Amino acid sequence: MLPDAKIPEGPMADKWDNHKFSIKLVNPANKRKFRVIIVGSGLAGASAAATLGELGYNVDLFTFHDSPRRAHSIAAQGGINAAKNYRNDGDSIYRLFYDTVKGGDYRSREANVYRLSQVSVDIIDQMVAQGVPFAREYGGLLDNRSFGGAQVSRTFYARGQTGQQLLLGAYQQMMRQVAEGKVRLFTNTEMLDVVMKDGEAAGIVYRDLITGEIGSHSAHAVVLATGGYGNVFYLSTNAMACNVTAAWRAHRKGAHFANPCYTQIHPTCIPVSDEFQSKLTLMSESLRNDGRIWVPRNNDESRPPGQIPESDRYYYLEEKYPAFGNLVPRDVASRNAKTVVDEGKGIGPLKNGVYLDFAEAIQRDGADVIESKYGNLFQMYERITAEDPYSIPMRIYPASHYTMGGLWVDYNLMTSIPGLYCTGEANFSDHGANRLGASALMQGLADGYFVLPYTIGDYLAPKLNQEPVSTDDPVFTQAEQETKDQVDRFMSMGGSRSPDYFHRELGKLVWDNIGMARNSTGLENVVGEIKALQSEFWSDLRIPGNPETVNSSLEKAGRVADFFELAELMARDALDREESCGGHFREEFQTPEGEALRNDEDFAHVSAWAWQGPDTPQVKETEELTFEEVELTQRSYK
Amino acid sequence: MSQMLSLKLKIWRQDGPNDKGRFADYNVSEIPDDASFLEMLDILNEQLIEKGDIPIEFPHDCREGICGTCGVMVNGRAHGPEHGTATCQLHMRKFANGDTIVIEPWRARAFPVVKDLIVDRSPLDRIIEAGGYVSAPTGTATDANETPIPKDVAESAMDAAACIGCGACVAACPNSAGQLFTSAKVWQLNSLPQGQPERHRRVEAMVETMEQFFGSCTNHGECTEACPKEVPQDFIAYLNRDYMKAKVANRRMASR
Repeated sequence: MLPDAKIPEGPMADKWDNHKFSIKLVNPANKRKFRVIIVGSGLAGASAAATLGELGYNVDLFTFHDSPRRAHSIAAQGGINAAKNYRNDGDSIYRLFYDTVKGGDYRSREANVYRLSQVSVDIIDQMVAQGVPFAREYGGLLDNRSFGGAQVSRTFYARGQTGQQLLLGAYQQMMRQVAEGKVRLFTNTEMLDVVMKDGEAAGIVYRDLITGEIGSHSAHAVVLATGGYGNVFYLSTNAMACNVTAAWRAHRKGAHFANPCYTQIHPTCIPVSDEFQSKLTLMSESLRNDGRIWVPRNNDESRPPGQIPESDRYYYLEEKYPAFGNLVPRDVASRNAKTVVDEGKGIGPLKNGVYLDFAEAIQRDGADVIESKYGNLFQMYERITAEDPYSIPMRIYPASHYTMGGLWVDYNLMTSIPGLYCTGEANFSDHGANRLGASALMQGLADGYFVLPYTIGDYLAPKLNQEPVSTDDPVFTQAEQETKDQVDRFMSMGGSRSPDYFHRELGKLVWDNIGMARNSTGLENVVGEIKALQSEFWSDLRIPGNPETVNSSLEKAGRVADFFELAELMARDALDREESCGGHFREEFQTPEGEALRNDEDFAHVSAWAWQGPDTPQVKETEELTFEEVELTQRSYK
Repeated sequence: MSQMLSLKLKIWRQDGPNDKGRFADYNVSEIPDDASFLEMLDILNEQLIEKGDIPIEFPHDCREGICGTCGVMVNGRAHGPEHGTATCQLHMRKFANGDTIVIEPWRARAFPVVKDLIVDRSPLDRIIEAGGYVSAPTGTATDANETPIPKDVAESAMDAAACIGCGACVAACPNSAGQLFTSAKVWQLNSLPQGQPERHRRVEAMVETMEQFFGSCTNHGECTEACPKEVPQDFIAYLNRDYMKAKVANRRMASR
């Protein structure tokens, strides 16, 4: 049974304050009697570890990286939103809340989003105090820029490396607690299972990625801050090691997995160039401010772009959406790129992209102005493609970027397993069916700095003077044995294919059928195709070497095994949701103009899937979404 | 369309920290010149697995030059021939058909080899732990705009903060010194108003932790040359000056 979401009573603006007052506290001297495990060292994990350590809790932090500073939050480019209203342009907590609920196509939980907007202002204060070198004006005050889906400038940034600077700020704050002895670091250590005792989270099973040792840690509570599952598409803007394993293994132990079909495809990435491509690189959304997107009108066009006259160019966004033009939201831009490429109008050697053309902007403003705005991006593009975007239009195409779905959590960020929390991209709660730009960093830090450190006390307080379950307990020895059995099974399979081979093939199925546009036929068929490939995986996999040392093939095998199960659930969730909303576009459900058509009557709910065992499909349970503040409307960008 | 390259690779193989290690030769062909350097290693590994051989372990993750995980010596140069570029952003079009490429792990006493091309860079975390932070517990901060910071100061702090912690500076240095990494963090925090209260304590603790692991700086300048973020060498001069001032200031404080 899906637990209650524990949304506090009272007016929206008072809910969080009321809640903080009504939940139980652990007194300062007693905090040292508790141990908390945090898995993941990105923004959500590092900020929580630092804050819990400062409060006096004992924290064990696990990361599979060689250093906590490598977590993928570091790659975020654009910025972080906060309702500071430093521009005096009419921003407010309410407006950020409203934009986020609307941007999510009315599929997020209002109370969580309101709280996120409230604490957004504290995040900027905290990060400046940590020495984060945000961009500034000549007067010495903080600079802002505007971002998609908002009519105000509320985005704070540090060049094109905002994620890096915020992550390093949180990492450094955490390293101070490591020096103080309040946080113990376990690097090169991958969590492979959640251990339960009497229905509550008791600890984790891990594999040491250097020695191959499999062991356990126990604590009073466990926090998963393990990021999103965008790598289920194989090719994505995620780092190579990003995976769903921690969240998925918690799901297998009883945590509900919510809205897995909500995935964000970012419109401006560099297209695939060959079969061996390992990842896709994002070109910041900000480029659409000056670049014009087009494809040739003629499918057989063979002239270089500069020689194609205006009359033979199809500026499809400008033609279809005269009001917003090239600045339509991410989901709309992505879908339209797919449409023209599917029609055979794609450009580039593989006919798999669209042009993002700066010729007019350069003629209007001069190359130096464009360079000052986008120089670092143009350079990155040139490194990867060997083409000069000052003279040849960029080639772009959408790619998997972020996942809004994740483990279901209540208002306290606790999953449906008591004592197991989930923060950051790994949970489902704040972005609905589509995330706005510059809101991922905000959510990770809100959860870790300002939400979890309060709410976790409510669970811990009654456990005062109870020791964590011993790792000698049979629940741990059994879970370790199951993990060892899986390793042994991988090592002894003796097939012929690498985990990357299966991951790549799975990614193609997911991209073609559960990508930017979905339909019932494709979704019904792909379940069978996933299962067929999955059984091939479990019989024809080859893991060379031995498990008692660094063995990246073995690491990947476990992650790919979980991606198979997730992909199947994504397909079934997408099939079940008979509407289009945000990043979930069902071709059967669109307006006459081809826009996403929601069905609020039947689908204004969270789909939370409950594990039923390895051979039985998950069962859907629902959390109804009620909207007290925001009126549900059809989004239009014409 | 991509040109296809055939290459001869000499790659360092080492089973673990206690293994002596050796170079192994590999011939690869049909490498698209649009591929990245790490994708070239992916292709080789895929072939090794198919043949039943053990693939090469190499450090990598984000593959967009920001996480700092990757980094190998390519023909004796940290991160390879392209200036200001991490290994993952290096592309095969920088090489010619028929080239021999020598690939080794970072070579430094502070960075023992874990396996093949992977080294242990945890001493860099120890330096941050010693003082590479501002002590500002969550919830204590005042409004972000209360302390204006001149734009030039913020920009210069950002130049230093751009360091990705890959360790190429150490690998490129003939003394395996850690000064460029340490000075980048010291410059960032010690030049900002938020860093002032702990300024002297920070630089003393970070430098003395650094010296437990790394060699001494003798101003070769190889570090900046190898740095994928082109962190300038003059931060090291600032580090030395600030360290001297801190020693005096901290002694004076102690004698009070």
